[in-house]
Amino acid sequence: MFEILQNDTLAPNVHRLVIRAPRIAKARKSGQFVIVHPEQGGERIPLTIADADPQAGTITLFIQAVGPSTLQIVGTPVGDSLQDIAGPLGKETEIEQWGRVACVGGGVGTAVLYPLAKALADAGNEVTTIIGGRAKQFIILADELAEFSREVLPATEDGSLGTQGFVTNVLQDLIDDPENRPQAIFAVGPVPMMRAVCELSRPYGIKTIVSLNPIMIDGTGMCGGCRVKIGEETKFACVDGPEFDGHQVDFALLMDRLTMYREQEAKLIGELPPELQKKLIKVKK
Amino acid sequence: MNKNLSHKEIMAIKRVNMREQDAQERSRNFKEVNLGLDKEQAIREAQRCLQCKSQPCVDGCPVRVRIPEFIEALGEGDLPEAAHILLADNTLPAVCGRVCPQESQCEARCVRGAKSGPVAIGYLERFVADWAMEHPDELRIGKKPQASGKSVAVVGSGPAGLTMAGELAHMGHNVTIFEALHETGGVLRYGIPEFRLPKRIVDLEVTRMKSLGVTIECNVIVGKTVTLEELSEEFDAVFIGNGAGLPIMLDLDGENLKGVYSANEYLTRVNLMGAWRDDLPTPIIHGRQVAVIGGGNTAMDAVRTARRIGAERAIILYRRSEAEMPARIEEIKHAKEEGIEFIFLAAPLEILGDDQGWVTGLRCQKMELGEPDASGRRRPVPIPETTFELEVDVVINAIGTRANPLLTATAPNLNLSPKGNIETDKTGETNLPGVFAGGDIVRGGATVILAMGDGKNVASAIDAYLKKGV
Repeated sequence: MFEILQNDTLAPNVHRLVIRAPRIAKARKSGQFVIVHPEQGGERIPLTIADADPQAGTITLFIQAVGPSTLQIVGTPVGDSLQDIAGPLGKETEIEQWGRVACVGGGVGTAVLYPLAKALADAGNEVTTIIGGRAKQFIILADELAEFSREVLPATEDGSLGTQGFVTNVLQDLIDDPENRPQAIFAVGPVPMMRAVCELSRPYGIKTIVSLNPIMIDGTGMCGGCRVKIGEETKFACVDGPEFDGHQVDFALLMDRLTMYREQEAKLIGELPPELQKKLIKVKK
Repeated sequence: MNKNLSHKEIMAIKRVNMREQDAQERSRNFKEVNLGLDKEQAIREAQRCLQCKSQPCVDGCPVRVRIPEFIEALGEGDLPEAAHILLADNTLPAVCGRVCPQESQCEARCVRGAKSGPVAIGYLERFVADWAMEHPDELRIGKKPQASGKSVAVVGSGPAGLTMAGELAHMGHNVTIFEALHETGGVLRYGIPEFRLPKRIVDLEVTRMKSLGVTIECNVIVGKTVTLEELSEEFDAVFIGNGAGLPIMLDLDGENLKGVYSANEYLTRVNLMGAWRDDLPTPIIHGRQVAVIGGGNTAMDAVRTARRIGAERAIILYRRSEAEMPARIEEIKHAKEEGIEFIFLAAPLEILGDDQGWVTGLRCQKMELGEPDASGRRRPVPIPETTFELEVDVVINAIGTRANPLLTATAPNLNLSPKGNIETDKTGETNLPGVFAGGDIVRGGATVILAMGDGKNVASAIDAYLKKGV
């Protein structure tokens, strides 16, 4: 059992959980994830480890409630436990000396971006962070990211914070400015956002790394459900990733495979009590 | 030989038939197919045993169960004694009684086989094991072994790991099993379906293991959560039995369409995650027309599962002929009875899909058998210009698995074969002192009983290693 020590709401339906998991905290490296299985009979949910404290034996996860299982996880109060957490899984981020790096986060992806951006800054890169969301209340971790970013540039669709528009608008401005053009880009967020970032950077030949979160079960390479196409090769995101060269990713296939269980997911949400359904729908686009 | 029966009387007893759930009914439920023998049937069948001095059946058993002895006790109605013998030799008899390919092992050697059918050793094993589970109070309590003070880490709680743990615990060693998934049992849990091996049986075997003092820690992925090196430092010896968990992909166009599964994923969703149940959230695509590619037990499990979750047409596509199929004869028979269609001598060429990314069909190639290949089986060769299409909405790849590199990737000094399997000497020891391995991680994809045989044999080597006092 894995005890929850802290559970904060950062944005509507986005929670930060600090969980006791000593073995994982000790072994974890930046970019890796865990599989959370909240209770007997529940689903196995892959979640990136945002932070770990090996001394305290804790890990930090950011979770957006998008369905019954994630609602259950974010609804677990401090002092209660999640039944199973397995990890750390996946490869660690390859941190290099790029020079100027743009870190682009969207929605809860910003939380995955946070440890990555921090590791890049620690390695001596000059990090500019662009974070996007529908409106101000969906922008998370701006202060935390500001601690090591040269600049944090928010973009909101309604213009309630920072640039009105998408993260790609801000990134375009950055690329257009020869003084600030990034030498590498790290993008984590919804698949359409990561795809848009990659399409934007491709003509400029700027290396762009994305973190993929396809449907998976075991996270150890056993099921092959998380297969993604990278260039001409099929890879398993759980063991070969989750981070890949964005210019090689077949995003159309990834988006398509993510819809595999849409009908079943809608049915599960339909079976939730009305107040929980409303909670999920309210933040949905 | 039974003292109360004459040779003629013994020879006149006909081999027992296993009671089964009706084929039509069971093809739509997940309850166990085989219903087991009753006591009278079991004793009668046990009396068919001729108690040969040479005991050829024992030579056919990878864990060398003293078959004639336990059958003799059963034939005399002495169930506690039969259970005592069986449990001493086999850590997981209720599992073996259900999933072992007896027809090619113990029963293949039975001298009664030629004329009237071999003694139904598998059925009898299952009967005695189930009786033992239901009558724990009547079992003879073995002497508690003297604690050796030595500790062993076992990686994986599948058939090799559980057998290893049971054997070592009986020798007085302190055993901790590390399991990557949230449930124990390995392939017994995620791979073999409920209708062939009820999970209640796996639970009971695991509970028995714990009662021997074995500790089991789930959610620990050796190679990720802890390394082999860390385990070697913490424990006096390590046994690696983490299986061959990686699916071999078909490498065909259309493999990434929605509705294409590896058998591992399909069976894990159903068996481990309960996707067949309406009350659990893990989803699965309920295909109406399902093609399973492969001819082994995993293919049979997948196709029979597809049938049970609603497939109107469930097809096995196998590139050789029925005679070469590696699946157990009983699984093939049961599958046929359940309305599974078999297309032999055909190989997939391409998985076809629609513009929404869903599977719509399978383009196949007819094959014929040519010269024998390295496995000794005749090699399938394509017959030119004989392609055909099957209309299907789910395709399951059951062509096989290979070693999972998660552990070995973080153990650079461990010697591996070119295929990524761990290399060991005859006793099961790797090139690293105190590190042993067995089961599919050494053999490649094999069977439950061979993994158990490794667990048992390597346990003796570990015991000897620990006694050397290193």
